[in-house]
Amino acid sequence: MTTPKVDPAGRRELPVTDREQQVLDRIDRARRRAPRVREDRITMSHGSGGKATHTLIEAIFLGAFRNPLLEPLEDSAELSIAGSRVALTTDSYVVSPLFFPGGDIGDLAVNGTVNDLSVAGATPLYLSAGFILEEGFPVADLTRVAESMRAAAAAAGVSIVTGDTKVVQRGKADGCYINTAGVGLIERDVALGVARAQPGDAIIVSGPIGDHGITVMLARGELDIEADVRSDTAPLNGLIAGLLDAVPGVRAMRDATRGGVATILNEIATAADAGVLVTEDAIPVRAEVRGACELLGIDPMYVACEGRLVAVVPGDSAGRALAALRAHELGAQAAVVGHVTAGQPGIVRLKTAFGGTRIVDLLVGDPLPRIC
Amino acid sequence: MRFVDEFRDADKARALAAKITALCEPGRQYKLMEVCGGHTHTIYKHGLEDYLPESITLVHGPGCPVCVIPMGRVDDAMHLAAQPDVIMTSFGDMMRVPGSHGSFFDAKAQGTDIRMVYSPLDSLKIARQYPDRRVVFMAIGFETTAPSTAMTMLRARAEGLENFSVFCNHVTIIPAIKAILDSPDLRLDGFIGPGHVSTVIGCRPYEFIARDYGKPVVVAGFEPLDILQSIYMLMLQLSQGRSQVENQYSRVVPWDGNVVALKAIGETMELRPYFEWRGLGFISHSALKVRDEFAAMDAELLFEVPGVRVADPKACQCGEVLKGVLKPWECKVFGTACTPETPIGTCMVSPEGACAAYYNYGRMHRDRVAEAAPAGRP
Amino acid sequence: MCLGIPGEIVEIHPEQPDLAKVAVSGVKRMINIGLLADDPPKPGEWVLIHVGFALSKIDEAEAAAAMQFLEGIGQAYEDEIAALRESLIE
Repeated sequence: MTTPKVDPAGRRELPVTDREQQVLDRIDRARRRAPRVREDRITMSHGSGGKATHTLIEAIFLGAFRNPLLEPLEDSAELSIAGSRVALTTDSYVVSPLFFPGGDIGDLAVNGTVNDLSVAGATPLYLSAGFILEEGFPVADLTRVAESMRAAAAAAGVSIVTGDTKVVQRGKADGCYINTAGVGLIERDVALGVARAQPGDAIIVSGPIGDHGITVMLARGELDIEADVRSDTAPLNGLIAGLLDAVPGVRAMRDATRGGVATILNEIATAADAGVLVTEDAIPVRAEVRGACELLGIDPMYVACEGRLVAVVPGDSAGRALAALRAHELGAQAAVVGHVTAGQPGIVRLKTAFGGTRIVDLLVGDPLPRIC
Repeated sequence: MRFVDEFRDADKARALAAKITALCEPGRQYKLMEVCGGHTHTIYKHGLEDYLPESITLVHGPGCPVCVIPMGRVDDAMHLAAQPDVIMTSFGDMMRVPGSHGSFFDAKAQGTDIRMVYSPLDSLKIARQYPDRRVVFMAIGFETTAPSTAMTMLRARAEGLENFSVFCNHVTIIPAIKAILDSPDLRLDGFIGPGHVSTVIGCRPYEFIARDYGKPVVVAGFEPLDILQSIYMLMLQLSQGRSQVENQYSRVVPWDGNVVALKAIGETMELRPYFEWRGLGFISHSALKVRDEFAAMDAELLFEVPGVRVADPKACQCGEVLKGVLKPWECKVFGTACTPETPIGTCMVSPEGACAAYYNYGRMHRDRVAEAAPAGRP
Repeated sequence: MCLGIPGEIVEIHPEQPDLAKVAVSGVKRMINIGLLADDPPKPGEWVLIHVGFALSKIDEAEAAAAMQFLEGIGQAYEDEIAALRESLIE
């Protein structure tokens, strides 16, 4: 490319691009060092699903609880109990507001946990539901939430078999917080995990991204923005079953919640120590979501979904995978958004609609807090 | 999206890139500065540099209003936010800017009432909602944003709102450009002129750059094709030995600016004799303060502000990055001690900061967009 | 901060003429059009929106001219490439 210059001392000066690459390599090494939480108090970033959340989990929780079942840090843990493969997961729901177009906290609580089990290749079976209620919370609202959970559980084919209820004083919780845990059986012969992604694999998204996060943000009413958007909350077990039937060799699946699709792409790149290259034009986004994101200055790739699957499949299975997803109503707009690459491991790159390339890193802050 | 998508067309980009390359004199290096942080952001976000020949270097300028706020002013703002009964309202970009004792974001975690707003008008809404609290709006931005602050103040006065004030940190672009031009470290060939500032001040204020310094200026829009077209227009001027001010963003920027906006600024604000800019030092007549007639809305008068001058941390090289002397990755602490999570300086914190843009979007091995060659060419 | 996006005026507020509803890709928001008091925008016209205010009207004629220039460059480029291809075939 450029011929190295010779400086006054007679030393050959590295071309600019090589010096830049040295700096990038140095940064890469720094990033791979052990995570450490620098703050002495929790901030909203720790809940955003981005860098701060990951650091918190790795430094504090993984640090304290370290064991081989926890280490993969997938959406569910895979356990072996009396010869059966069991998936176990838990999630807490602190969404504000509780009710929004397309669903409510109850729907999220059931679907979110069903999805975490399903992406592990498990058939979701039983859920627990723990409630933390604020003094003064209307019983009518609680009834509404319970009814949503009943309907969502029925739609997903799971039973809520145990639970807990606590009440805290006015001001100590925001109406209602819900925690759900779920168990499912992994009966298929699958080996799933983002670390299994390999160069050449295709990355598929099951539908338009960002619907849920934008819906909740607008439902808060603080921004005076009107838009025709609805949360995409949905149980994905049926969709996933269809995919696994068609492509048993799926490498990994995640549901795109907090942190959005961009966070999952980064998790893939980091766990597999491979590169990820996606194409902006290929990522489905509804026009209204795009408009709201432009108005707010947010990138839809970081906005939460609650009913979207991200799947990594071997390159030559991409066609079959797409067909299987599109055959299901929740996967009608499934699309291949990119591939896993050998080059630039650990880095997610995006080919922009404009034709240039940029990277997609984990977010530091939270574009939209308390989304799920 | 209309007026957006058409200006992101890759085919037109390739065509423009070819034209730009054709205008490069063999053996000559070109340095073009994009003054505005919004342009820096677009350039990295769309991977625009992939389209430019190696002989053209884009130098990032100081047009990031968050980046140029010195640490002492951030400390002043934090002090205001901590006053009893105060609700501080701020744009999102300011939330993570580090002062001597943390940022707005950290203060919020400790219980200080700081609220993010999208528009200064949202501060009025909060002021109406909480009549016993005092709402202070952290006003930042170049001339693009000053009219909005001005209109908000006029509205507050019209409504008789008594619990609203402004901590004014508006800065003006021309003195910053002049400081760059007078800087001995820099040899620039031309300027990609700020787009949205120009909707307010018009294009005339840049005439001195072409006339007295002999550098062409093209006022540019914010879509990637706008910037590419502006580069093309600059290269055309350079190849023809011209130095003029041209307006690429004519669909939005009126040559004479926005008189109503300038009037509103004039009614509510006036120039400070001097103001400290991060990295550029003290510049005279480069920033705005609230006018005496609006003293009841001047947070600096209503509250005691420490006003201590705080030097940047030794490791911080923001000043040189802001002047375009250093590229972000050339800063000694870039990406290691200074990251978006642990920013040392403002360039890494603001979404329009060159370091943030490079770290979040550009930190990779670059492949240039293949020069389109017709099929069959060896 | 420099964030300015184009939006279409949907309607002017009946009681407060310096407020208008704009649409951006079907998403609607109220903004203040006081800065355009000299030549207020009408429904159907496009404006540049910045922090809740309309800063400037988008001149459709200028936008069309800009597009024409870009298309012209594109066309000239295509013609050149086509000419190059033809000359190779010979």
